[in-house]
Amino acid sequence: MSPFAAAEEAGVPVVPVEAGGVFSLLWLVVALPALGTAVLLLGGRRTDRWGHLLGTAMPAASFVVGLVAFFSLLGRGEGERQVQQTLWTWLDVGDYTVSFGLVFDQLSALFVLLITGVGTLIHVYSIGYMAHDEHRRKFFGQLNLFVTAMLVLVLADDYLAVFVGWEGVGLASYLLIGFWAHKDSAATAAKKAFVVNRVGDIGMSLAVMLMFATFGTSSFVGVSEGMPEASDGVATALGLLLLLAACGKSAQVPLQSWLLDAMEGPTPVSALIHAATMVTAGVYLIVRSNFVYAESAVAETGVMIVGLVTLLFGAIIGCAKDDIKKALAGSTMSQIGYMTLAAGIGPAGYAFAIFHLLTHGFFKANMFLGAGSVMHVTNDDVEMRHYGALRTALPITFVTFALGYLAIIGFPGFSGFFSKDKIIEAAFSEGWVYGTGALLGAGITAFYMTRVMLMTFVGAKRWRPGVHPHESPAVMTIPLIVLGAGSLVGGVLLLADWIVGWLEPVTGPEGEHELFVSPLVLTMIVMVVVGVGVITAWLLFGRRTITDTAPQRVSFVTRAARADLYGDAFNEAVFMRPGQYLTRILVYVDTAVIDGAVNGLAALVGGSSSRARRVQTGFVRSYALTMLGGALVAVVATLAVTLS
Amino acid sequence: MNPDAYITLSALLFSIGAVGVLVRRNAIVVFMCVELMLNACNLALVTFAKQTGDLSGQVAAFFVMVVAAAEVVVGLAIIVSIFRTRRSASVDDASLLKY
Repeated sequence: MSPFAAAEEAGVPVVPVEAGGVFSLLWLVVALPALGTAVLLLGGRRTDRWGHLLGTAMPAASFVVGLVAFFSLLGRGEGERQVQQTLWTWLDVGDYTVSFGLVFDQLSALFVLLITGVGTLIHVYSIGYMAHDEHRRKFFGQLNLFVTAMLVLVLADDYLAVFVGWEGVGLASYLLIGFWAHKDSAATAAKKAFVVNRVGDIGMSLAVMLMFATFGTSSFVGVSEGMPEASDGVATALGLLLLLAACGKSAQVPLQSWLLDAMEGPTPVSALIHAATMVTAGVYLIVRSNFVYAESAVAETGVMIVGLVTLLFGAIIGCAKDDIKKALAGSTMSQIGYMTLAAGIGPAGYAFAIFHLLTHGFFKANMFLGAGSVMHVTNDDVEMRHYGALRTALPITFVTFALGYLAIIGFPGFSGFFSKDKIIEAAFSEGWVYGTGALLGAGITAFYMTRVMLMTFVGAKRWRPGVHPHESPAVMTIPLIVLGAGSLVGGVLLLADWIVGWLEPVTGPEGEHELFVSPLVLTMIVMVVVGVGVITAWLLFGRRTITDTAPQRVSFVTRAARADLYGDAFNEAVFMRPGQYLTRILVYVDTAVIDGAVNGLAALVGGSSSRARRVQTGFVRSYALTMLGGALVAVVATLAVTLS
Repeated sequence: MNPDAYITLSALLFSIGAVGVLVRRNAIVVFMCVELMLNACNLALVTFAKQTGDLSGQVAAFFVMVVAAAEVVVGLAIIVSIFRTRRSASVDDASLLKY
């Protein structure tokens, strides 16, 4: 533990040591996928035949380097676990110097393993999933770009460099969501994701500017050292700006609306966005900026409220969707809400936020790829009302999906059980509202996930004509099996509070928290709530027949949830329409007032000069008369002056 | 000496010349009227020179004559050239150089 972390609730300054030995290869972690991107996107058709193999090999190699670095980190003493590698001087303007460097510490190590590990599995899966797509090589190039950008984001040692990765992730997500841009809906969804992310990016860029204005630097080291001296206002502003940034990337309310539409992308992309990259960036940013949030209770509360609202928001949306991917997307929103809530709690929650992020990375990637596997055999049908009884046709997909399902609802022994339980516990110690909300969220999660399970794999066959499901090829099922195993055993990270101790040097010591009951009783309560959710879902969807089309006579809540709780309608009414009116007014002002003034002046000069030139008649005698008149005027004037 | 008569004559000649320039269309007549105006000026110049006993007025009159001679050469050439191309010596016909 660094010596500065002694004070309770104080932020932990980043005190890195210079990279040496195996860590001098750190840059390879980023460089390998970047190389893959360059080769695949610049190489053109020549790389078509082996492009997907290279595209998969690069993140895999990156994973190996990350794994080696991680084990080297394990072997080091606690004080030397923040390794920094400065790569080059990036900006050198007057007194302001920014060097591009990587920091590999307890936090970014976990992220690197998650991103490259789960990312590699998704790449492997994509080989099968995209086998018949003529643009498979381009797809792999963009996937590599996504991984590269995300690695830059989590490895950079300066907020400015984080911003580069941040934007890179935005670009890659835009490209991949719109990968099938020949579909209007996909192109629109990509644009929407891009625009909504820009709103969050405003927060990020303003935060970087504020850091520069206040501390003269935006490096983690500089900001974390300067933070304790910063005024409350600056700390709160920084915290809220970073929260806005996190909301954009992590699809938190109020910037959640892009996530559901992002399902238009190919399913592996959804898995990558939801599990390994993109949405985890916001949580990473908040946890990484713990030294900012330590100084501002307001910002922390803001984070918790956003997390709480989103976790319920996403869960409710997830309950009403008949589109399997959208149901899972709502679930992601909700789970990220859990992480944000945990991150807002402070040092007591950071470790659990990251823990849940890791376990979620496994089970959500697993379920998304499972959903992709189902779609793969049902002619890309996403409507769950057209599934049913797929358990026998897709045994491997079913079993692995079930592992993910048990993990997400928090079945005892599975990874999600440990991670979610810890967050609910921490939330209760923070306040009744947060605790109850998180508990309720767990119940709703159990409900909608059970619904997805029952509608997809159980019940009667409701397959469309021409659908003959058969298990996906091994290249797709093997990643599913690995991820399913991860969902099952991910909880080991909590053995003997390993992850808490591991992250403590980064996030600060976990404060004492008091619970109204013993943790064991709370776990029992959570189990009961989850059980109620499962049973309700079974009563509604397992026992009854599922109609072929969605029932129209439904309660207000269901209708609202089907419309994404009116998130789009809200954006349209509050931002888009007034924005359009504003643009129209501006266009009118531009054409009528500004152009009018400029063009009017020109017309005035032109008109008067065309009138004035009529004087030039070409008649010599009229010129002579003018001259005579002029001369007379001159004479009269002279006389008047002389004689007066 | 009393300059009144000379000056009156000069003014009269100048006025005749000016009116001639303004009202006549024939380029030759206009030209002659211009000459009339120049010579009216000359008359005024030498009158004042004589009255004040200063020679510069008479010198100026010579300059005017020289300029007038040169002008006649150029002007007549132009008029002849215009007459040749347009079969007319009216100044109103030569009005192409306009807006």
